[in-house]
Order: sequence, then C-alpha cells, then structure tokens
Amino acid sequence: MDARETGSAPRITVDRDRCIGAGQCVLAAPEVFTQDDDGLVDLLPGHEDAAGDAHVRDVPMACPVQAVTISDG
Amino acid sequence: MTETDLRTGSPALDFPQDRTCPFQPPQEYTELREHGPLAKVRLFDGRPAWLVQGHAEGRALLADQRLSSDWGHPVFPVVVQRTEGRGGLAFPLIGVDDPEHARQRRMLIPSFGVKRMAAVRPMIQRDVDRLLDAMLEKGPTADLVSGFALPVPSLAICALLDVPYSDHDFFEERSRDFVGAKTSAEADAAFGQLYAYLHGLIQRKQAEPGDGLLDELIAVQLAEGALDLDELTMITLVLLVAGHETTVNAIALGALTLLQHPEQLEMLQRDPGMISQVVEELLRFTSVSDFMVRMAKEDIEVGGQTIKAGDAVLVSITLMNHDEASYEDPYTFDVRRNARHHVGFGHGIHQCLGQNLARAELEIALGSLFARIPGLKLAVPLDEVPIKAGHDAQGPIELPVTW
Repeated sequence: MDARETGSAPRITVDRDRCIGAGQCVLAAPEVFTQDDDGLVDLLPGHEDAAGDAHVRDVPMACPVQAVTISDG
Repeated sequence: MTETDLRTGSPALDFPQDRTCPFQPPQEYTELREHGPLAKVRLFDGRPAWLVQGHAEGRALLADQRLSSDWGHPVFPVVVQRTEGRGGLAFPLIGVDDPEHARQRRMLIPSFGVKRMAAVRPMIQRDVDRLLDAMLEKGPTADLVSGFALPVPSLAICALLDVPYSDHDFFEERSRDFVGAKTSAEADAAFGQLYAYLHGLIQRKQAEPGDGLLDELIAVQLAEGALDLDELTMITLVLLVAGHETTVNAIALGALTLLQHPEQLEMLQRDPGMISQVVEELLRFTSVSDFMVRMAKEDIEVGGQTIKAGDAVLVSITLMNHDEASYEDPYTFDVRRNARHHVGFGHGIHQCLGQNLARAELEIALGSLFARIPGLKLAVPLDEVPIKAGHDAQGPIELPVTW
C-alpha cells in the first residue's frame, strides 16, 4: 500500500491506491491536502498539527472512497 | 413479519415518476419514506428493484464494490426503454467496474484536478460574460436554457477537450437525441453519429495535434498503447455527453430555484461571496442526477434488508439528499445551511470526475447571471415551464425569462 502518514498523534493517513482524484479533501482543507501531478491525494508539509481541525476532521466522511483516515494515536 | 425478499410482496411504486414541481421530488417519492431506507419499486419492464432512499445506507452502498455498474452485463437493470437490448456495449468510466474503471479514470484525473479546474475559471468567466452580453443586447426576453445554460458547459468541455466548438450544434443535438431517445433504435442512430464524428476527429488530431485533453490522451495514452482508438473514442463520447447534459440542467434548474426563492437570491446578491455555498445547496436541493443504477454481485445486508446477488438497485440521489436524518427541514431551500456530504455528484469510485469543473461553471454562471441581470424574472407561471421526464437529468426544457 502506498500510504503517507504523519508521525505524531492524531495521525492523518492517506491511501493513494484508493484515491480517485475527486478533490473533496483539497476543497475541505487546502492547507493540509493537495493533489500531485497524477491528480492523487498528498499531504502538505506542516499538516502535522492540523488533524484536530474541524475541516480536516470532516475529510474522512467527505472522501468518496475512504482514502483518508484520522486515527487518535 | 418483515418482507426481505425483493420478489415477494408488492412493489410500492413504479419507478421513475415525473416531477411536477421542477425542483421538488415527486409527491409519490416522499410517500415512500414509510418503507424505511430501502423501498421496493417496479421498473417499466416489470422487474422489481430496490430503491435506496436513506442517506447513510446509500453512501455505504455507493462505496460498496459488491454493487456493480457493469452496463454490459446481460441482466444489468434497464430503467428506460431506449437502453433495452444494449447488453454488451460497455461505456467506459460510468458503465464498468474496477479494475477497468480505475485504469480509465487514472488516465483522466490529472486533467480534472482542483488546481487545473481553478486555472480554467478565467476562460469560463470570459464565455459567460460574452453570453450575457449577447442576451442583454437581444433582450429583454430570452430562453435561459438555449441562450445560456446550454452553451456555458458546451463551450467549457469543448475548450477542455479541444473539440471544435463550431461543431457544437451537431453533437449537442445528437447528444440530446441519444439521452432523450424514446426507443433503442433512435438511441443507436444518435450514438452511431456521435461515435463516427469523434472517431474521425481523433484521427484528424493524430495528424494535426491541438492542445487539449484529447490531444494529451492521443499523445500519451494512445501512442503508448494504454488505449486503443475505439476506447479513446468511447471515453471522449462519455466526457462530452456527461460534460454538458448534467451541467445544462444544473445551471437552468439552479437559476429557476433561485428565482422562485427571492429572499434566498437576495442574500446571494447582497453577499456574492456566498456563491460556492449556494451552489452546494443547489446541488443538494435540486438533485439533477436523480438516481444511480446498480446491480448486486453478492448478497448485501443493509438497512434491515437483504439485497440478493443479481438484484436491481436504484440509489435515489434525490431522496438521499432529502433524508431528514442528515438534513434538517430537507425540503426547504436554504442557502445558509451546510449542505456537506450531499450526493449530488454521487459517491464511491464513480463520483463525478468533472465535479470541480461543474462547480466552477455553476459558480461563475449563476453568480454572473444574477449580478449582471439583478431584475431577472420568470416570463411564464412556474407550472408552464416544461420539464424533463423522471428518467432524465432533471431540469427545465425551456426557461423563458425577462428583465
């Protein structure tokens, strides 16, 4: 699995194998999520402190394919 | 005893029903609520089907790969007569399952990314401004469908793909004939002409490349053998048809909904920054793509029912977007609400590829329309506005306006 994740809790994990490039994560929390040249989800530097933010917390529900998860450490 | 088999008990309703009010679900659908998150309905050919109306259940099902979108399957549900006997003709993207779907979608998603769509906004704005200039010059009356709602997405998808806009009359008509055909023979004829046109266009582009998405696909995917000419023609056809048939209706029905809710429209006119929120509520409230068709590949337990392998499943976007469990007072259009998690673009792996293009088109078209023509009003009573049938994308056929 090509997953990118953060080191500290709570952790944001993205699964690029599942991603379909809908961009819901980028629309909800552009300071945390981006799309790379392939149109797939990626995490931006500095996102580590954002997992508690309400917009970011909403992303796992907004993603159509459950490619984003937030775990509380 | 709860009846959990689709073939026992009687279906609650023939599906689909036509709307009477253009922006409200048919009364018959609201009466289905008493059947719980899944109701039993009957298709035109007598086949029973599940109608999913619960927001949570529908989202779970649309994300569940045990439900198939394989239109080519010999017993895939047929909802409208025109698609009868079309077994075996699989439409790329929308009519196939993973892994084939994923292979096709991955080739396209870089071109429909959030940043890429933000970059086409100035082009959309320019086209919208020109169309409004022309409308104002000819006014003070217009048909908002043919004069505005149709050309906006048509210009945008042509520019994005680099398909000559000068041919738009031809493919708009064929596209309309294709999706609005009464019989499968009519649909086949329109499809054949669209296919031949795009097939020829791609061959011309191979000799003389342009600078659109279609040219990128030719230069990379076709040249490398990831796609053949037939598959690329079919993908282009799906993008072209999907790129305007839905957005035309969303713009026209969006404008009509705002005109019929003047106090909501006034809020937008006072604060144009609300436009993206207004568009999300319109996507929820109008639910232009009324339902999605699926077939179960395996048994699935959901909402207290068992969907059996082979069952027809219709996921009602309209009813999911009007589920009281997810939206307070769902039948009220309220631009101040948070319409998040609406399924106007679907859900799961088939969620609309062009949703961020559609958002850009809707925000610019509706924002500019009501900024430039603040006195816009309907030229006929609401019940005289002709609307599409229940199985089509929902929206007005014509929208006479004045100012």
